[in-house]
Amino acid sequence: MRPDYVLKVLESGERVDGRKMDQFRDIKVETGIIQRAEGSARVKIGKTDVIVGVKMDLGEPFPDVPDMGVLRTGAEFTPIASPDFESGPPGEDATELARVVDRGVRESESIDLEKLCLKEGEKVWTVFVDVHIINHDGNLIDASALAAVAALKTAKMPKLEKDKIIRDKLEKKLPILHEPITVTVGKVSDKFIIDPIKEEEEVLDSKVSIAIREDGKICAMQKSGNLSLTVEDAEKMIDLAVKKSKDIRKFL
Amino acid sequence: MVMKTKEKLIVKGKRLDGRKPDELREIEMKVGVIPNANGSAQVMFGNTVAVAGVYGPRTVHPRHLQEYDRAIIKCRYNMAPFSVEDRARPGPSRRSSEITKVTRLALEPALFLKDYPKTAIDVYIEILQADGSTRVTGINAASLALADAGVPMKDLVVALSGGKIDDTIIVDLCGKEDNYSEADIPCALMPRRKEITLLQMDGRLKPEEVKTIIKNVLKAGEEVYEKQKDALKKRYEK
Repeated sequence: MRPDYVLKVLESGERVDGRKMDQFRDIKVETGIIQRAEGSARVKIGKTDVIVGVKMDLGEPFPDVPDMGVLRTGAEFTPIASPDFESGPPGEDATELARVVDRGVRESESIDLEKLCLKEGEKVWTVFVDVHIINHDGNLIDASALAAVAALKTAKMPKLEKDKIIRDKLEKKLPILHEPITVTVGKVSDKFIIDPIKEEEEVLDSKVSIAIREDGKICAMQKSGNLSLTVEDAEKMIDLAVKKSKDIRKFL
Repeated sequence: MVMKTKEKLIVKGKRLDGRKPDELREIEMKVGVIPNANGSAQVMFGNTVAVAGVYGPRTVHPRHLQEYDRAIIKCRYNMAPFSVEDRARPGPSRRSSEITKVTRLALEPALFLKDYPKTAIDVYIEILQADGSTRVTGINAASLALADAGVPMKDLVVALSGGKIDDTIIVDLCGKEDNYSEADIPCALMPRRKEITLLQMDGRLKPEEVKTIIKNVLKAGEEVYEKQKDALKKRYEK
């Protein structure tokens, strides 16, 4: 599809796949799909397909928060997922994706990290959230963030025996306090869209990803794209994201 | 190195998961799982899950890798961080680099590389869940992905592991058997031509035992071959 065609359709208030401007594609969420992981989820939004695996390990706390567990989020754009992805260390986009997903989970205080402390200043649980992209057709942030929360919500902690992890015995659930939903709103000329496919993402002027908690609080934001936003734009985008987050929450 | 276990791996002729020595795990193959790829497949052997995607033949980047008279295969075997019990650090390891190489060499003999000069065929393998025999599971997925991409092949490449546990010759090792086996032989072959394209081993075996295992793998490989063909046919049924 030629970018100028995609752009023209969007500017006329329509979309190349016939969706409404504020309509998500079909969403499918499966959990508990990776046996080796303590928690896992596969989210498909249209043709976009991501897997998130949660692994837990023992580690040291950060010195400034000695009584809290550690959250680490990683993302890899595996070359399997798109003709444009290359093997090698995570690039800018993969790092941004991991950090935006991380911020949503962290700032919403999703995981009760205090419950993950075993010995203050010495030993805590580390929660690894790894995002693996299987097929990229746009809107990776919303898909990955949804998969991360779905995986965390269904994660179980491995048993501890004399400070050793017994991997094949999963005990209690990972303590979860809040469930953030991330919705990205794209802007192109004077139009706002939700859930862009890859071809649409390429012609967007800018986009903002917004993480919203179940109590309605916004807990993380990230603007990307190379054009600026007016204050009114930002306000409209926030309102739209809050509204759409309610639809997406049903899938958790 | 062999880890010792007190646990018997074979009791009354049955393996840990109830299989007979020459029995394969449950196998599932699905072709066309990645819309963006030119060809793709997901293959499960019991709890081992591999997905492969093929892009190409396409232009080579960086250009100096280009061969004027043939295509090159660019391969990558990678384990997802959550595919194993203790999280695997993302990025290449010595193990994955070696497996990448032998995987490429296992696939190469099946392809007509001279027909596609100056191009690259990219074969990417992701292990989503590991329970032994990951490299051969990956090769089966890659073989299907290549066929799905419409890359002409002399034959499908079928891969299977054989080995020895508790003094018994077996095929298709699961994770635990892999860890505690006396020997482990991953094999890949082109069944119609009866040619071997991957052969590795670690452990201790008598020459006769090695020959037996290879023969057994060749025999059991027929079943995997049929499964591959079925999976490809299914892709075009609807």
